[in-house]
Order: sequence, then C-alpha cells, then structure tokens
Amino acid sequence: MVADALWGYLMQDMLSEYLPILIFLGIATGIAIAALVASYIVARQRPDPEKVSAYECGFDAFDDARGQFDVRFYLVAILFIIFDLEIAFLFPWAISLSEIGLFGFWSMMAFLGVLTIGFIYEWKKGALEWE
Amino acid sequence: MITTADIYPVLPELFLAVAAMALLMYGVFRGDKSTGSCSWLAVLALIVTGVIMSLLPENAESAFRGQFVVDQFARFMKWLVLLGSALAVVMSMNYNAREQIERFEFPVLILFASLGMLLMVSANDLISLYVGLELQSLALYVIAAFRRDSTKSSEAGLKYFVLGALSSGMLLYGASMIYGFAGTTRFDALAALFTGPSADPGVGVVVGLVFLLAGLAFKVSAVPFHMWTPDVYEGAPTPVTAFFAVAPKIAAIALLVRTMVGPFGELFAQWQQIIVFISIASMLLGALAAIWQTNIKRLLAYSSIGHIGYALVGLAAGSEEGIRGIGVYMAIYLAMNVGTFCCVLSMRRQGVLAEGIDDLAGLARNHPMMAAAMAIFMFSMAGIPPLAGFFGKLYVFMAAVNEGLYVLAIIGVLTSVIGAFYYLRIVKIMYFDEPADAFDRTAGREIGAIMAVAGMFTLLFFVFPSPIVEGAGQAAAVLFASG
Amino acid sequence: MILQAISFYAFAAVTVAAAVMVISARNPVHSVLFLILAFFNAAGLFVLMGAEFIAMILVIVYVGAVAVLFLFVVMMLDINFVELRQGFLQYLPIGALVGLVLLAELVLILGSWAIAPDTASRAAAPTPAITETTNTHAIGQVLYTDYIYLFQAAGLILLIAMIGAIVLTLRSREGVKRQRISDQVGRTREESVEVRHVEPGSGV
Repeated sequence: MVADALWGYLMQDMLSEYLPILIFLGIATGIAIAALVASYIVARQRPDPEKVSAYECGFDAFDDARGQFDVRFYLVAILFIIFDLEIAFLFPWAISLSEIGLFGFWSMMAFLGVLTIGFIYEWKKGALEWE
Repeated sequence: MITTADIYPVLPELFLAVAAMALLMYGVFRGDKSTGSCSWLAVLALIVTGVIMSLLPENAESAFRGQFVVDQFARFMKWLVLLGSALAVVMSMNYNAREQIERFEFPVLILFASLGMLLMVSANDLISLYVGLELQSLALYVIAAFRRDSTKSSEAGLKYFVLGALSSGMLLYGASMIYGFAGTTRFDALAALFTGPSADPGVGVVVGLVFLLAGLAFKVSAVPFHMWTPDVYEGAPTPVTAFFAVAPKIAAIALLVRTMVGPFGELFAQWQQIIVFISIASMLLGALAAIWQTNIKRLLAYSSIGHIGYALVGLAAGSEEGIRGIGVYMAIYLAMNVGTFCCVLSMRRQGVLAEGIDDLAGLARNHPMMAAAMAIFMFSMAGIPPLAGFFGKLYVFMAAVNEGLYVLAIIGVLTSVIGAFYYLRIVKIMYFDEPADAFDRTAGREIGAIMAVAGMFTLLFFVFPSPIVEGAGQAAAVLFASG
Repeated sequence: MILQAISFYAFAAVTVAAAVMVISARNPVHSVLFLILAFFNAAGLFVLMGAEFIAMILVIVYVGAVAVLFLFVVMMLDINFVELRQGFLQYLPIGALVGLVLLAELVLILGSWAIAPDTASRAAAPTPAITETTNTHAIGQVLYTDYIYLFQAAGLILLIAMIGAIVLTLRSREGVKRQRISDQVGRTREESVEVRHVEPGSGV
C-alpha cells in the first residue's frame, strides 16, 4: 500500500512537469473555440446563396481543389521517415552514453554505418535530386 | 554484457549482412551493367555463409542473452534456406536480363531476405522472431513488385504488403498479449513458465498464442490465411515466384515449428487442434482448388498450399518423428519446386513467356528431356513411389499414425489422391496432347543444370535417403532434447 | 489527482472521436488531419501513463513523418473516395454483427483473465522507478548493449526500406537538363570563345 501511494506521488511529480503544457493546451483550445464562437455570435450573419457559393472569376468552381502529386514527393517523404526513425534511436543513446561506455558508442556507430551505406546508395542513385 | 563469445554463433549472419551491404555498394558504383557479376557474387556470398556455418562448432549455442540460438535444427533449416536462395538467384539471371528488369538490387534484396530468414530460423525470443520476420518480409514485398511497370507485379507486391502487414499486426498483438500475461518474451523462459504441475498458462497466453499462430500461418500460407498466395505467385516475376515458393516457406515452417515446440511445447493440447485444422484445410484446398487452374503459376501456388498442409501434419503429430518428417518434407519440397520452376522458366515462345498449362501440350515431342524432368517432378509432387515426394509424405503420415491421428493421416492420403489428378493431367498434356509450337531454347545452361540435378535428386532419393533423413533426425532430436 | 483524471478522460474522448472521424470523414485529407489529432491525444495518454519517450516518438515520428506521408499518398492517388464508399452502408449490418460478436467475446474473456502476479519480476529488463531515471534513459541503458542484436537488425530493416522505396519509385527521366557545376567551372576560354575576324560588309 505504501509503495502504491509512493508511486502515485512520484507519478504526480513527473506529471507536474507537464502541467505547463497542459495549461498551454487548455489555453490554445480555449482561444480557438472562443474565436470560432465569437465570430459566430458577434458578426452579422445574413447568408444568401450568392454570398456563400464559391466564386472564381465569375465561374463556378468546377473541380476538386486537390491536385495530383508526383510520386517523387512520396519518395522524399519515405526517405525522411527513415532518417527520422534513426534520429529517434539517437535520443536514448545520447542521454545514456556515459553509462553504456565504448560498447554502446560503437554499437550506435555500426547502426549509423548501416544507414550511411543506405545514404550512399541513395545519393549515387540520384534519389535526392529533384531534376 | 555482450562478449565476443556472442559473436561466434552469429558469424554467418554477420558475414551475410556485410556481404549484402558490400554488394549494394559494388552495384551502385558500377551501375546496372554489373547485375551479372552482382548475381554471381551474391551466390558466392550465400555459399560462403554456408561454409562459415559448417566451420563453426556443432553444438547448440545461444547468444545475445538468449535472443539467438544455433542448434542442429537451425543449421539444417539454414542449409535449405541458403540453398533455395542461391538457386533462386541463379535462376533469375537469364530471366531478368531477357525481361529487361535486370537491376543489381535484385540479388542484394534476395541476400537481405535470406538474412531475415536465417534470423527467423534462429529466433529464440518473440522480439527476434518479429525482427527476423520483418527483415525477410520487407525484402520480399519489394521483389514481388520488382517488375514495377507491370500492373500485375505491382498488384502482387501491394497485395502481399497489405495482407502481410495485417498478419504482422496479428502476430505482434499475440506477442504483446503473451508478454503481458507471461512477463517474458524469451522462449526458454516461456517454456520454463509453462512446465511443471502447477503451471497454468491462463486464457491470456492462449489467446495470444492463437494470434501468434494466425500471423505465422499467413507466412507459411496455410488455409485460411492463404488468399494472397495465388495472386502473388501469378503476378510476381517467375524467378521471384520460384524464390517465394521455396526459401521463405522453409524459414517460416522452421520458425513455426520452433515456436510451437519450444516455448509452447507444454501447451501442445491447445495448439494441436489449430494445427490439425489448418493442416486439413490446406490439404483440401490445395487439392481441390488447383483442379480448375489454367495458369501454371497459380496451380503451383495451390500446390504449395497443399504441400504446407502435408508438412503441418508432422507438426500436428508433435513428436520428434513428426518434426523429422517436416525436415525431410521441406528438403524434398525444395528440390521438386526448384525443378518445376526451372521448367516454367523455360516456357518461352518467340521471346514471350508462356504460363498456361495448355502451353505444355506435346512437350514430350519437342523437348523430351524437359518433359521427362517435369514428369518426374509432377509424379513426385503427387506422391507416387518411388519418387522423393512419396517419402516426404510417408514420413509425416507415419508420424501422425504413430501419434494416433488416424483421421488426419487418412484425409492426407485422400487429398493426395485428389491432388494426383491435376499433377497427372499435366503429364497427360505433355505426353498425349497435340504438340504446340516448340519453346525457345534460350533458358540458359544454368536452368538446365539445376533442372537435371533436381530431377536426379527427386528420382534417386530412395537410393540415398540417409543424409537428409539423418540430418532431419538430428535436427528434430535437438528440439526435444531439453524439453 | 483530479486534474489527471480530467485530462485522461479528455484525451481518451478526443482520441476516440477523432478515430471515428478518420473513417467517417468525407474528405480523405480531413481523415488524415483527424488521424493527426488522434495521434496527439494518444501521445497525451502515454504521458499520463509515464511513458514519455513513447509519447514524444509518437509526435515526432507519427505526426511529423507518417502523417505527412499519408497526406502525400492521399494526394498522389487520384481516387474518388465518395464513390469508393458507396457500398459502405450495404456492408454495415454484417460489419456491425462481426463487431458485436468480437465485443461479446472480449467481454466474456476479460472476465476470466488474470495477469500472473509475478509477471513484473520476470521481465528481462525491469523498468526502473521513475525517480531513478527517466524512461528515455532506461531504454538507452539496455537498447544499445543488451539488445544490440535487435538494434542492428532494426538498422538493416531501415536499410531495406530505403532500398525498397528507391527500387520501386525512383525513375530516371529522359531529357532533363541538369546543372553540372564542375563542368561549368571546368570550362576553359579555348573551348568556349572563338575570335573571328569578319571582313567589313560581308557578314558573318
């Protein structure tokens, strides 16, 4: 029981560090809602079909606003994800490097080496060139 | 702490990983014109990996805090995997050059896939199981879609990927449940947990086990998780199909066997019924659905589903004899499938691939040697004595009978008889139908050589069965030694 | 304590609502945006559980990269999602039935489940108390040493992902004019400039 209470207290301690973020989130949400609600209440609203319909140089808007993307965006995005994940592995390594010693250091170097191989491949293939 | 003693058991894998990366660098600096030398270097890398494996001491060893294990079972299965991969690379060369999909990434990806399979076979922990499986699967998804300008190949890759991701999800869900309820992911710790009179696995672990099994059943393409197989086999380029049919199946079966017999050996009663069910369902579907196929690759897909069903009979028996049967079955399966796919790769008329079963009509008159080889493989797949396929089935059925699984054995024999229909139909088409035009003689000497060796092996297995049977026997014994 | 409970319910409610919107939004781009909202709230839930590292990874990797990739894919595929969804109502009854059966199973099984009491003690690397280290630190202490095998295998998986993405999507385009800086710099006067003496009145 004592351990449970202690655990609860410690969790509180850890979470209290996040309190500013929570407050920030609350304020942000509040402002966002306030802006929406205020414009709804305060502004005069007299919609008519001409006013609310999409207007584009006298034409009706014909189509979806979405344009089709090139597959090259996808390639860049996926290469980005891979290096993003690599960075995710770097965070715990960086803060515990003093304890895991030389072995941990070279362990990460091998990991980075593997990805460097991938990077060289990518570079030589021209995947990073936009043309 | 990890020491150098941990490095020795993984030396073959380490070599293969370094070789694959070196080959990637070699290929990217030399360009696509180096594909031929890349392929041969890949074969060399696979052979060297096998040599390193055989040079290491033959005892069972585990490394990296028990996440990785090498024993006789792993070695036997790894030999088959390496052989299957090396043959797939050799078989792909001529085809890829001819279809203008010759790119050096192909052998590199096969090397990475083989590396994943080696990790799978040696997995001794739920996490290393998953990591090995993903390493293999990711490379396979890519090579399924390797002919990216063909809609069918892209579709095959996409289907395989989406369904494969789903099955990985199920597997992970099951693994997380097992971890949650048992508190460990290590196979030996799990096995220890379930042994003893007071051990109660609890519902959570069993539900997790079922999910794990579902995920693994997908990887071996056992019914009801087989839906992807025919489409992927048909859509993927033929050498890729040949590769899919052999090495990944062997690795996945090995993984399935180790996972079931190792950590969950004591839960035999729980998983036996599932294995019996998927085994019967696979045998039935493999025998029945293949009858209506007109495309030879689709037919071979159903045939492989059926073969997995037969191999699983050995696992359902759950005895040392059954596991030995699986080892023998997979070795024979490798030879039969590689041989058959060599024939399929030779089916080309005026430079265009022929994939229909009708295209084989009258093959005996135009290409008597190829027809004879194909006939041997078909008879063997049907399980007609004294060809190798018969012995494969014999070993697993005997194991099932010795464990009292009479119904399973009888269903197995019945489905073999039904299955024999479509295998023999191919022989009939080749020997008695009006001859179609002759195939081009451009498949290459390698294909012919592989076909001949596989044919000899299948034909003469009954003369020298002992290396395979003894190897499989030792492999099976090691799984039951500790438990 | 009360603040913790309130934030839990807020995060959980928004996560579920956003997840529902992901599958019911008419516009696929909106679906992706709702997915991002769901990720953020899931990150909040992780923080409440004390799993800070996972929460931050969720924000960095899922929101920062995966969701962006989703957006690209949605934009890349020219699919009419409204048309795609036309059969939706037709399958709703059978889908709902399957869902109900699964729910019933879950309820039945959850009632009889019990986690083995000594589960935590069996863990290979027990989680240190939160006062001792942060969990990012705790992961760092084992991931690169005890779990080096899995760590390096993960590196290889990333490498294959890289190769796969390039093999499947990279196309070299013909007739693209590229800037070659070395060629520009290496240009000499002799190969670029020619002096011609033109006679007056005769043209070049």
